[in-house]
Amino acid sequence: MMALREAFSAFRRAPLLSALGVITIAFSLFAFGLFGLVAINIRDALRSLENRVEIRAFIADGTPVEASSAAMGDIHAFPEVLSVTYVSQDDALIRARKELGEFSDVFEAGVLPASLDIKLKPGYRDPTTVMAVANRVKSYDFVDDVRYGEDWVTKLYRLRTIATLVGTGLGLAFAAVAVIIIGATIRIMVMARAKEISIMRLVGATNGFIRLPFVLEGFIQGIMGGLLALGLTWATSTTINHSFMRTVFFDPALATLGVICGALIGLLGSTFAVGRQLRRL
Amino acid sequence: MSLVRFLNVAKEYARGGVALSHASFQLHKGEFAFLTGPSGSGKSTILKLIYMEERPTAGDVWVSGVSAREASKHEVSMVRRHLGIVFQDFRLLEDRTAEANVAFALEVTGTPSDMIRTRVARALTQVGLASKGTAYPRELSGGEQQRVAIARSLVNDPFVLIADEPTGNLDERATRGIFQLLRDINASGTAVIMATHDLDLIRRTDYRTIELNHGRLVFDSAETPPTPKESSTVAPSHHDENPI
Repeated sequence: MMALREAFSAFRRAPLLSALGVITIAFSLFAFGLFGLVAINIRDALRSLENRVEIRAFIADGTPVEASSAAMGDIHAFPEVLSVTYVSQDDALIRARKELGEFSDVFEAGVLPASLDIKLKPGYRDPTTVMAVANRVKSYDFVDDVRYGEDWVTKLYRLRTIATLVGTGLGLAFAAVAVIIIGATIRIMVMARAKEISIMRLVGATNGFIRLPFVLEGFIQGIMGGLLALGLTWATSTTINHSFMRTVFFDPALATLGVICGALIGLLGSTFAVGRQLRRL
Repeated sequence: MSLVRFLNVAKEYARGGVALSHASFQLHKGEFAFLTGPSGSGKSTILKLIYMEERPTAGDVWVSGVSAREASKHEVSMVRRHLGIVFQDFRLLEDRTAEANVAFALEVTGTPSDMIRTRVARALTQVGLASKGTAYPRELSGGEQQRVAIARSLVNDPFVLIADEPTGNLDERATRGIFQLLRDINASGTAVIMATHDLDLIRRTDYRTIELNHGRLVFDSAETPPTPKESSTVAPSHHDENPI
């Protein structure tokens, strides 16, 4: 109880120092949050591209409807498959005319073959899996040809891999910089109270007792900094939405995780800084 | 009964060399002892060894039966709760009132809050600052600040009060007041060990005097028959060599 009271009274006794801590945590996490915002929007854009990965199996003319229906059931049961849609010759014509508006007159009824359009589940859209599923589908007798845009899928997958690697690398670098800046600030704040710590020790306070108010203070500052960073990131995202383009914001779980990260950085930063100070004295 | 016992104690610092060697003495219940000697002679080292800020390199120090060599961090904290420590620079928290500074010593030892108020008031009264409890250190004179520091050291009812040059920053009048306060505290049964350069203070009383020079205990009036007051500057030759 005394630890909690001391933690709060530290904000009252040294408001500027406490504000410095909160603002440092907030801006470090804000920079990290902006990076996160860019990363999730890139991920979102890549996902919407990935959703277009599709295998199209062209069905030979004269194939009985029962045969293609049975095959649809089989293919739908593949663990990689999300959906299978039968596109008749008439549907194919409508779609082609719609997609190629100005050349719509080129197509005549019966020119385009019927097909099975197969969409894959997320996580099964890499070139190897797509090719494996395409080969399995091709093995049906009534399937004339299978297309899935091999080059496009390969490029998309490579782009996704690069984005993931660069994102992870930059994310770790941003996180490390945030932790270092926050850690250094907390250390300065603890050092500013070295006299208080030394007096606490002289009058017989145990190390655990000395540590607790600082750890709580770091935790509270971390939560406040995390919330402030979240607010700043949300304001930035909203401004971009209104002024430039539609963006995706963190879902509630990710936003909560960000605040928890702030709290943990504050808590761990204080724990290490006080521990170090206690060893020095 | 010996509250503090030094037995062949040596303290050596990795970079500072030998600070203390072969020091043996005991401090008994209710005793008042001066610790004197030139700067760097080892006075502060002895005090630090008593409140276990430092551990001996050789020999051992027992404080209330607890060995400084073997005490765990927790035991050190427990020992300090029974020691009062006063410094030349007062070491008060500037952002807290006199009352809060004194209460601090009780709060960190987990004393219930209703007891804290009573004991703080009692300690401040004991040092003659009952009316200045709400003053901040910057609003008090040097002597008054030292009284607050003494009140803080007394509030836990210590069995030994350790004073490291407590009058070093004070004028003559404040020095006399603080010294009288320490004598009163001693008269009430608390042992006092006081490091000082002030030979006038030492001459004025019959208290035990332990003198150090170059880290060695060169004189202990408890083991040497007292000499007449006028000539007793506790081993004059040392003072001549190292004028204080």
